[in-house]
Amino acid sequence: MFETIKEFASEFFVTGDPMILGAQVSIALAMVAIVFVLTYFKKWRWLWSEWLTSVDHKKIGIMYIICSILMLFRGGVDALLMRVQLAAPELEFLHADHYNQIFTTHGVIMILFMAMPLMFGLFNIIVPLQIGARDVAFPFLNSFSFWMFFAGAMLFNLSFVIGGSPDAGWLAYPPLSELTGSPGVGQDFYIWGIQISGVGSLASGINFVVTILKMRAPGMKLMKMPMFSWSVLASSVTIMFAFPILTVTLFLLFLDRYVGAHFFTVDAGGNPMMYLNLIWMWGHPEVYIVVLPAFGIFSEVVATFSKKKIFGYKSMVFALMSISFFSFFTWAHHFFTMGSGANVNAFFAVTTMIIAIPTGVKVFNWLFTMYRGKLSFPTPMMWAVAFIPCFVVGGMTGVMLSVAPADFQFHNSYFLIAHFHQVLIGGVVFGYFAGLYYWWPKMFGFKLHEGLGKWAFWFWNIGFYVCFMPQYALGLMGMTRRFNEYNFDMGWQPLNVVSTIGAFLMGIAFIFQVWQIAHSIRFMKKENTGDNWGQGRTLEWSIPSPAPFYNFARTPKVVAQDDWWEKQQRRERGEADPAEVIAADNAPLEPIHMPKNSGIPIIMSGFWFIAGFGFVWDWTWMVVLGLVGVAVSMLARSFNYNDDYYVQVDEIERIEAAAARGAN
Amino acid sequence: MSQANAHSHDHGHHDQESLKQFGFWLFMITDVILFATLFATFVVLRGNTASGPIGAELIEMNGIIVSTFILLTSSFTSGLALLSMNKGDKKGLILWLAVSALLGLSFIYLEVNEFIHLVHEGANIGTSAYWSAFFTLVGTHGLHVSIGIVWMTAIIFQIAKRGITPVTKRKVNIISLYWHFLDAVWIFVFSIVYLMEVM
Repeated sequence: MFETIKEFASEFFVTGDPMILGAQVSIALAMVAIVFVLTYFKKWRWLWSEWLTSVDHKKIGIMYIICSILMLFRGGVDALLMRVQLAAPELEFLHADHYNQIFTTHGVIMILFMAMPLMFGLFNIIVPLQIGARDVAFPFLNSFSFWMFFAGAMLFNLSFVIGGSPDAGWLAYPPLSELTGSPGVGQDFYIWGIQISGVGSLASGINFVVTILKMRAPGMKLMKMPMFSWSVLASSVTIMFAFPILTVTLFLLFLDRYVGAHFFTVDAGGNPMMYLNLIWMWGHPEVYIVVLPAFGIFSEVVATFSKKKIFGYKSMVFALMSISFFSFFTWAHHFFTMGSGANVNAFFAVTTMIIAIPTGVKVFNWLFTMYRGKLSFPTPMMWAVAFIPCFVVGGMTGVMLSVAPADFQFHNSYFLIAHFHQVLIGGVVFGYFAGLYYWWPKMFGFKLHEGLGKWAFWFWNIGFYVCFMPQYALGLMGMTRRFNEYNFDMGWQPLNVVSTIGAFLMGIAFIFQVWQIAHSIRFMKKENTGDNWGQGRTLEWSIPSPAPFYNFARTPKVVAQDDWWEKQQRRERGEADPAEVIAADNAPLEPIHMPKNSGIPIIMSGFWFIAGFGFVWDWTWMVVLGLVGVAVSMLARSFNYNDDYYVQVDEIERIEAAAARGAN
Repeated sequence: MSQANAHSHDHGHHDQESLKQFGFWLFMITDVILFATLFATFVVLRGNTASGPIGAELIEMNGIIVSTFILLTSSFTSGLALLSMNKGDKKGLILWLAVSALLGLSFIYLEVNEFIHLVHEGANIGTSAYWSAFFTLVGTHGLHVSIGIVWMTAIIFQIAKRGITPVTKRKVNIISLYWHFLDAVWIFVFSIVYLMEVM
């Protein structure tokens, strides 16, 4: 009996690596500590009823952001480990297997479990406020999306200590990712972790399209909508069209591994190349899914801190939508070397180059917005300004890669690595940081400490260039990706050392950010204004910070693009508001219809987690338990007709009065 | 576009039922893409039989034609359910929904029988890429229909208990959309998977 348990445990838990053992111990200790703190301070009920079951888009957004910062930490540690390994030739720090796992989890975590939740977090917190809505269209579904993301992320991260991490690269190309190439459970954790969180992302995409198309405040025509909301619409539509492809692709890979199908195997007629096509039909739009909202954030931040209306509003909208359209026609540029032939490669090279045009339009629009603006440079604006040159260089190297014949040289080299890190860090990460700093006071009522933020900014920026500029050169010198060691004779060491130093500078920057957040929570003063930057342009700045749970006591009437800014201008000029605005502002309060909290999303996602875990280990009883649980949860939801309530006028009055007292 | 105009008097509260219906249309777009990906996979792999059995040898068209007519009829009866609902006829609504679900059930029964027959004849999901794609595409449609049956049954119980209300109305509208959608997908399955194989 004891022997069986021991045998099981040695297969179940990852053993034999001191670093992973350390991680296991610290995870166990952290869990004990969390349980202890929650129990000691009697916070379980509070946690359950205020957060875990909440359908409030602002709280869900905050939970997304917390998760993504934790994931940024994990993905960042992965990155530092890789950079240490590459700092010297033939270093015996990480052996090949371990290195494979680390670059795989680094990629998956940074894109799917860091960038995506940070993006959804900002969607959630800002979009309803910006369009004058009380919540998203489907608050219950929204909570479900979050918990599916959470279950998927936990399942994926669990592979680190249980069963072993996936190691077939972040997109898991077959035949390596097939049973023959990856017999362990790591690849199954990959499939189910991403599959489960992907369902959540798809639901969010639908949710935000409906929210934006159907729930805008009266008077907010589509062409008066704030640019961030436009970018969310572009991104959500792209999610709707791209994520089902991911679902199918992972499902087919799962069938290959689980029931012995032959979609992507090398024998019995399977076609591994088809996987590449399918995964990039999702994967390429995916990078635009994460970068388009960053473009939206820059548009808001640049307009606000230039005190000017965004330049070229219509061309901005057109650029967003055309990027999201063309993103579906470029996928094959990820494998020009596959041998599809000159005509196919030419087509995809041209479509790839075409995308640079709307992107260029946007860059010029930002520059022209700043031109002759009344500029100020708080941290959000610093990130926006740093983004422009960084993204332009990253974009231009992208155009270089899009030249199919040249790509045969660049393919899978560090030149490519440097390129996509430059657009993803310079574009997505800088963008989301700008958004986080910009909207932080809207979420919590106080700003993040500017001084520490500037330290973080400079460490990030200098660290970025020190880390990735050498990698362009290394790529041209012939260094390829995913190698854990190189020979001294290659002459790659000096630049690799520089690159590693840069990575650590970014690590220091992250520490500054954590310090900044902790410091700001403790010391920054609560601001008694809804318009924290004093020059906000859009509706979210018209209500208290943080916003009351029902957002708007009265549904606002919108008459202009940048409605809040225009209203302030009218006030300054001593002009009266248009009659319909006055009517909306002075309308008597009415009871507000709100959704009730629900425990079903977290429970249903828990069952998905159980089913996924069962699939990973091939434990049928567990799969059945999980799927039955999912079905019962769905039926419970269907049969529940008691899911909403009204906030009464006296309560609204009380909350509004308290907010107004704070403001005086 | 701003739908809030029509409802701004209603405490700024948007009409949840029409929002949900719109959301479901968007969900169906995503489901179309899901099926489109499976169809594309099937078309790419249909020649890859790895010298195993091919579809034309094993597929029994008679059964397929019968089940096609059953599914088309159930789509029609779900339309009749909608007509009853709009007339306020609760009994008729329940009756036609139940008929649709039962027809769906017989469709699934025939499909399972077909699969058993195929496996018996030596074609399972692991036989070749062709059969992997075949079983996955047809099976995914079958899974959709099965989920629809459970869903429809749940709605029948809700109507029995609560009658025809705006909420149950919306639910019937959505399930019937879903049901017609699966019918349309089946037309493509029938043409691309079966007809093109045997013709």
